Order: sequence, then C-alpha cells, then structure tokens
Amino acid sequence: MAKYRPNIGLEVHAELNTRTKVFCGCPTAVGAQPNTQVCPVCLGFPGVLPVLNRRVVEFALRAALAMNCEIVRPSIFERKGYYYPDLPKNFQISQKRAPLGRKGHLEVTVNGETKRVGIYDVHIEEDAAKLLHPEDDRGHSLVDFNRSGVPLLEIVSDPDMNSAAEAEAYMNAVRDMLLYLGISECRMEQGQLRFEASVSLRPEGESELGTRVEIKNLNSFRAVIGAVGYEIWRQSQALDSGEELVQETRLWDDERGATEPMRTKETAMDYRYFPEPDLTPLEVDDEWIGRIRAELPELAEARRRRLTEQHGLSDYDAGILTGDKVLADLFKATAAEGAPAKAAANWLTGEFLRLLKEGGLAAEQTRLEPKGLAELIGLVEKGAINAPAAKQVFGKLFERGGSPSEIVKELGLAQISDEGEIAGVVDGVIEEHPDAVENFHKGKEQALKFLVGQVMRKTRGRANPQLVNELLRKRIGGG
Amino acid sequence: MSALNDLTAHELSELLGKREASAREVLEATCARIDEVEDNLAAYLLLTREEAERQASAVDERRARGEDLPALAGVPLALKDIFCTKGIETTCGSRILKGFVPPYDADVVERCRENGLVLVGKTNMDEFAMGSSTENSAFGVTHNPWDLERVPGGSSGGSAAAAAASSTIVALGTDTGGSIRQPASFCGVVGLKPTYGRISRYGVVAFASSLDQVGAITKDVRDCALMLNVLAGHDPRDSTSIAAPAPDYTRALVSELAGMRVGLVKEFMEYQGVGVDREVGAAVRGAVERFHELGAECGEVSLPHLNYSIPVYYLIAPAEASSNLARYDGVQYGYRTPEEGAADIIEMYRKTRDDGFGPEVKRRIMLGTYALSAGYYDAYYLKASQVRGLIRRDFDRAFEQYDILVGPTSPTVAFRLGEKTEDPIAMYLSDVCTIPVNMGGLPGMSLPCGFSPDGMPIGLQLVGRSLGEEALLRAAYAFEQTTDFHRRRAHSVRERNGRRCVVARASA
Repeated sequence: MAKYRPNIGLEVHAELNTRTKVFCGCPTAVGAQPNTQVCPVCLGFPGVLPVLNRRVVEFALRAALAMNCEIVRPSIFERKGYYYPDLPKNFQISQKRAPLGRKGHLEVTVNGETKRVGIYDVHIEEDAAKLLHPEDDRGHSLVDFNRSGVPLLEIVSDPDMNSAAEAEAYMNAVRDMLLYLGISECRMEQGQLRFEASVSLRPEGESELGTRVEIKNLNSFRAVIGAVGYEIWRQSQALDSGEELVQETRLWDDERGATEPMRTKETAMDYRYFPEPDLTPLEVDDEWIGRIRAELPELAEARRRRLTEQHGLSDYDAGILTGDKVLADLFKATAAEGAPAKAAANWLTGEFLRLLKEGGLAAEQTRLEPKGLAELIGLVEKGAINAPAAKQVFGKLFERGGSPSEIVKELGLAQISDEGEIAGVVDGVIEEHPDAVENFHKGKEQALKFLVGQVMRKTRGRANPQLVNELLRKRIGGG
Repeated sequence: MSALNDLTAHELSELLGKREASAREVLEATCARIDEVEDNLAAYLLLTREEAERQASAVDERRARGEDLPALAGVPLALKDIFCTKGIETTCGSRILKGFVPPYDADVVERCRENGLVLVGKTNMDEFAMGSSTENSAFGVTHNPWDLERVPGGSSGGSAAAAAASSTIVALGTDTGGSIRQPASFCGVVGLKPTYGRISRYGVVAFASSLDQVGAITKDVRDCALMLNVLAGHDPRDSTSIAAPAPDYTRALVSELAGMRVGLVKEFMEYQGVGVDREVGAAVRGAVERFHELGAECGEVSLPHLNYSIPVYYLIAPAEASSNLARYDGVQYGYRTPEEGAADIIEMYRKTRDDGFGPEVKRRIMLGTYALSAGYYDAYYLKASQVRGLIRRDFDRAFEQYDILVGPTSPTVAFRLGEKTEDPIAMYLSDVCTIPVNMGGLPGMSLPCGFSPDGMPIGLQLVGRSLGEEALLRAAYAFEQTTDFHRRRAHSVRERNGRRCVVARASA
C-alpha cells in the first residue's frame, strides 16, 4: 500500500442557520409542512429578483476569516446553469471566479500531530429544493421548495490530505469550526452537512498529482471515510495492474460500500457560469472585516492547545471539553469565575457527562451555570461540604440551576466543623463499640476507619472527616 | 371638441381635478376607441374592463369625498404584457406563459395602482421582448395606426400603437435595446427609457437583466415627466435599483435651452458606412437647428465603439436571456407539453420548450447558450463585456463635452409588415441607434421630430448622462413647444386590404 500516496480534497456544503433564506425573506426552519416556507422568489417565478441576506455574508465571513482566508473584494455572484426539477430557475446562484474567501488554511490534529490543510475557496450559494419519490406506482416525484434558497456555505479544500484518517480529522475540524462560530447546526441526518471528495494516487516519491476522481453523494462522515478508503484501494489495484485511470465523477453507494462511475470528463457538465446580473458585486469593507475578526471566538483546535498548555489539563480532558462547544464554553466561563481549571474539568468531564448520558440530554438542555459550578467548587475547597454532598448539590444545579449555598442550606448538607458537636458524637460511638477500640489498640488501622464511618453515619455524612479523624485519635489514644 | 381619450394625461388631470369630467367618462371614451379600432390594430392581448370600471369608480368616489388625489388618478393605462399583474394573466407574448396568472404585482404596477391609474388592458409585444416589430408575438401581429400595413415597432409595439391611437392615454413598456424608443418613434409618440436602475425591475419578466429597463410611452413630453414621477424611485426588492431619491420631473419642463450643449452623434447618422434614410437624417438635422435656435450650443461628436454595439448586444443579451428563460420548463407554471408525449422529465423539458417558444426566442437561446459555453466564454461573453466597457467610455468622453447627445431613434420610419421577418440582421439593425444607450445604462428618449413624405412619423432620440432624465425632459419639452408633431394624429379613416380602421384623433 505504501507504494502510492493518496491526495484527498474535500468540498463541504454546510447549511447556514440564518433565520431567513439567502435571497428572500422566507424562514429556513426545518420540519415545516412541505411548500409552506416559499415565495415567488425562491420558487423562481417570472420577474422576481434576488436580494442578498446580509446575515449570510456575515456568517460566511466568520468562516472565511476563521480559516485564515483572504477576502476577495469585490466578490461576485454567478449563475451556475443546469436543468433539474429541484432547481426552480434551472440555475443556481453561486460564486466561482471571485468567491468570498480563498487561500486559507485549517489546522487539524491526527494522532497527536498537527497538520495544515489548505482552503482553496469559501463561497456562498443557494440550496436546491428537495425531491421526494413516493413509493407508490404512480411513477411521479414531488418537490418540496422549503429548502430552495436556504443559504449554503461551500468550503473547498486543497488536495492536502493523504489518508482517510486525515480526511476524517479535517471533517471534524470543519464541523467544530462551524459549531464554534455558531453558523450551522451541522445536523447530518437533516442534510445540513454534505460532502464531495476528490481522490488521486501518485507513486511514492513522485511530486505530480495523479488522475483525479471526484466522488459525489456523500452525506455522512462514514460515507466519506468509506468512499475515500474504497477509492484508494480501487485506484491502487488499477495502477498495480497497469490500468490507466480516467478523470471521472463517481457515485458512492452507501449500501454496497463502493463507488460506481457516473460521468467522465468527456461527458462533463457545462454549467455556463456567468456573473449574476441581478446582484451587484459584493463589497466588504475593512470595518466589517475588522469587526467580525474581533468577534471571532477561539476555535476548538486553538482552545484544546491552550487547555493543555496553560491550564495543565490532560490531552484527553482537553479533547473531551473542546469536542462540544457548549461544554467548552461552560468550562471557559467557569474558569473565568475563578474556579481552578482542574476541578472544573473534573466536574464537567465526569459528573456532568454522566448525568447527560443518563438523561439522554444535550449539554445546552441543562440548567447548570458557570457561576453555580464555580461556587460549588469553592464550597468544596473551603471544606464547607464534603464530596458526596457536593455531588448532590451538583445534581440540583444540573436540574434546576440556582445557588449552591442555598441548595446546601435547603438540603441540610453543610459540613459540621464544630469540634464540640462532633466530639459528642465521637464519644457516643466509642462507647457503643468497645471492641473496635480494642482492635485499634491492637494495631488494626482498619478499626479506626470503621469508627470514622460510624460517626459519618450518625451525622448523615456531614461531619468534617478530617476533624472526626483527629478527635477519634485524641480520644482513644495512639494519635 | 375632441373626445376625452384624445386628450393627454395632463389635460385630463386638469379636467378631472376641476370635475369637468369623471374617470368613468374618460374610461368609457377610451373603451369606445378600443372597440372602434382594436379589430384592425390588435394592440391589446387582454382587456381588463371590469377591473378598470371598478378602479375608475373608486377614483370618482374618492374625488367626490373631497380627497386630495395624485396627479394621474383616473387616467387610463395600458401595460405591456411583460409586467406581472396580480390575478391577471401575464404571457410576455409567449405560448409558454399562456395561462400564467402571477400572484404578485410588479413594483411599477403597484406604483400605478397607488397613483390611481386605471388599467385598461395588457398590450401585445414581441415574445419575451425579443424583436423590433411586434411580429414575434405568439398571439398575432399589431398594426401601426398610421398605416395598417406597417409594423408599430417593437418590442413594446402594442403599448405604442395603443397610445398613438388613443386607445389608452398612457402606456408602460420595457426597453432592452430600444423596445420603448423605437416603437414610440414608429408610432409618433413619446417614449422614455430612464437610467438603468431608476425604475424597479421587480415583477418585470426578465429578458436581459443587465439591460432591461422600464419606461413610459405617452402622447407628449409633459405626460412623460408625470409618468416618471409615478414610476421612479428606490425599490429594495431590486438590488440594482438606484437609492438616490427621484426629483419632481415636471420642474425640468422649461421652454429654453440657454447654455445646454447638444452633440449630434456621427455613428447614429451612419452605421458602418451606411447612412440613415434621407428623410430621417433631414428631420434630425432640422431638430438640431431648432435646438440651436432655442439657445443650445450644438456640435457633432464621434463615439467610434458604437460601431460594435450590435455584435456586443447580440452576445450579452442572448447570454443573459438563455439563463433567464431556463425556468420555463413546464414544471411549475405556464405551458406543459401533454404528458403522454414525454417519456421522462428531460423529454418533457424539451417538448415543452420546443412547443412553447417561438423561432426568434429559440434563436437567441441558442446564441446565448453558445456564447456562455466552456471554451467560448472568454472569446464571446467576456470579450463582449469588455467592449461594452469601451462603449461606456465613449459616452463618458462625449458627456465631458456635451450635456445631451442626439440622433435618430431608428434609421428608418416604420417598415412594412413581413418586410424583415426573413432577415434577422436587417431587423436587428432597426435598433442600431438605441442599443448603445442600453449598453451605457443611460437614459434615452424618443419624440416626434417630423414626418416622411408618405406620412409616417420620424423619431428624434435624445441621450443623457446617468440620471440625466431632467436634461432630456427639458430639451424634449422645449423642442416640442416649437412643433406640432405631437399634436398630429393618425387621423384619417384608412382603407387597407379592405379593412376599415378608424384611428381618428383630431388635429388640434
């Protein structure tokens, strides 16, 4: 296998989560009855004109800047022509010769190593309608135009990835970025992320790229990884047997787990791109770019690195925390409230995830607030409550939020640190368990643990365990 | 006294304001004229009489209540069938849009409604505005009211013919390469194509988006200014709409031209060595004389790149059209080939488009598709766009020296029906003087400046700077005040091919 070096490029199409469509005011919400979120513009009626949604530009700019792209000024919308019943105008408004952003890069981590993947271009386009093929015998298809005109961001990478694992890491990085920027929900089951891949193989040591094969119909990470793996295998088999590869577009078949030919270069589509005359060139000024750049959140990769380097967290914890934007934001805010990073990380990667899993919840569905968590951590550090009590309080914070000290009061969980109060309980326990005291005198450390346990039981876990230890030793001697 | 429909909009506005006539009476007179001439003229594709009666009555009621009404409230209006009208069929002169009833009004239709204009009908046009004679309509030929054997020009031929025959008072057209100005010239009326972006294109069925512009066709210059007051202004639904507020255009109507610099364009008078018709040239030179008498400084100017405007136009306009017309596929609206005739969706597309489009539209779709194809884009579309830039530069230079440019609107007077239908290039050359103005996105206007010996009107074209509509109106108005061309009517009862057509509008 090491005979050939694969080069993989990916196109990611992400639906942006603006409230309205890219060229009209129709809502983009998913799940509505078919053809209820439509107007003459997104239905492509005669005489209608597109008007660019500024919010879409804002979102696309965030992505372009986050991927270190150069912003093309002005950028131009173009018409991409092809006939298909999901495309009401029979052309799609997209960008080609002057996309919003280009020449960027994204850093991804594979097996602990950081790799830079080039971003060829980032551009805005409109989504097509959705075709439905009912399984009756009437032999017709239905069109739902709700999706027609939903904004899409297309991110085209350079063919910089050399393995399916790198492709996977890249897709993860892109998804994390989109989520961190808050510009796409990335729900793959709803088609909000779609992919196209290109794979070429060249003999090891050769610098020129081999014949490029494009693969369409990739709707999940799994499909991309499968298709890329399959293509690498298929192409190396072909090269091994001296076959010449053709430049072509292939289709991934999810069920068969294989790609099949769709069209070759000779029969390639001619989209007849030309500048969209109904839209003016898009001018993005320095002020706009500056504002968006200043507002950019720290992305997953950078944040992960900071967590390990500055906060001393393990790679593992840092990975978990940054794998979910809500979790990462919670951590960041809790630390900002003054909580020690380690403790905050422990709570979030431990009890928090356990409760989420138990309840089948997403991080944003809980009531836990950074301020509450920070306060809870403070109470534990001060010794105001012990570990089991802290877990109980955490459970309440998770369920309904609020102030930890109130909850402690409400549940009567405050630790007893009053020597007099504990001494009374200690004396009682010593009296009740003379045999244990004797065993202790015989040198059995276990017996002391038993006695501590009895004190804790009597105080329902609230006694300060350190104090209990001290008092016991003082009373029965041998301290 | 002349019939009410023989008057201009501003004359009617005055009568209506003084309650010397009602909107119902004006409408009745207009409808009577339609009944009289329409059989022979065929200017309209659809009459909206009931709707018109309701609108006219509403205007009268509002006036009776003492409401302050807009200047043109109660004035009959004809719309080229390219404007989407809510609830009223809009065909664009094409079989492929037969039966299409838009669920929305074009911006200009909204503006006309708000101003109380009374819609009497939708007028005939070349299919998708592609043509210069209205002979390319899928629904029959419109005749020139001055001579029924001649074309009214195109593509807004129905609107121009109706205005000239007083079967409307004002009309709307669109102009991509001369489609307002050339028919206005052929029919002896006034037509103004404003600066690109001055009037919204929202709801106007697109032909070539970077060139299309809406405008009015009227009986005189004052009416034209009044209509521009109604139509011009910013529309957020059209991204190419100009944000600057529109002035009151009637303030430009003054009767002297002191200090105005007027340039006669050499290339308008002669295209690639071939001069315009003798009587047309003479009338235009006479007009320049008149401008001089009115106080203007007149000279001649050359814009050499105008010689490329026809080939440039026939690359850019069809390219945009091939894309704009891609949506007519039989899926959502309009005509669809019978289902049994198509095995699959590709065949349905093909047959629908084959049956639905006429030959000129097909020719331009093919031209445009070719010009945009991979490997040809740079040589055709891109090159044409570059030359378009040179044409614009020529205009910019000329406007350093002159305030308005003039020439004939068309090299000839209205030609005979069928005369050019077999020769597309000859037909295209009818727009040689108007096309460059669309290339520059500039305002252009046509107004009568004389008559040929056989009694056909001759049009004078005025071209202004970007947003220079006021200069055009000023020059046109001052000129018009010194002539009676705009008062002459296609006045006689003419016998043509055994058809008797009354196109009377009494000479003043």
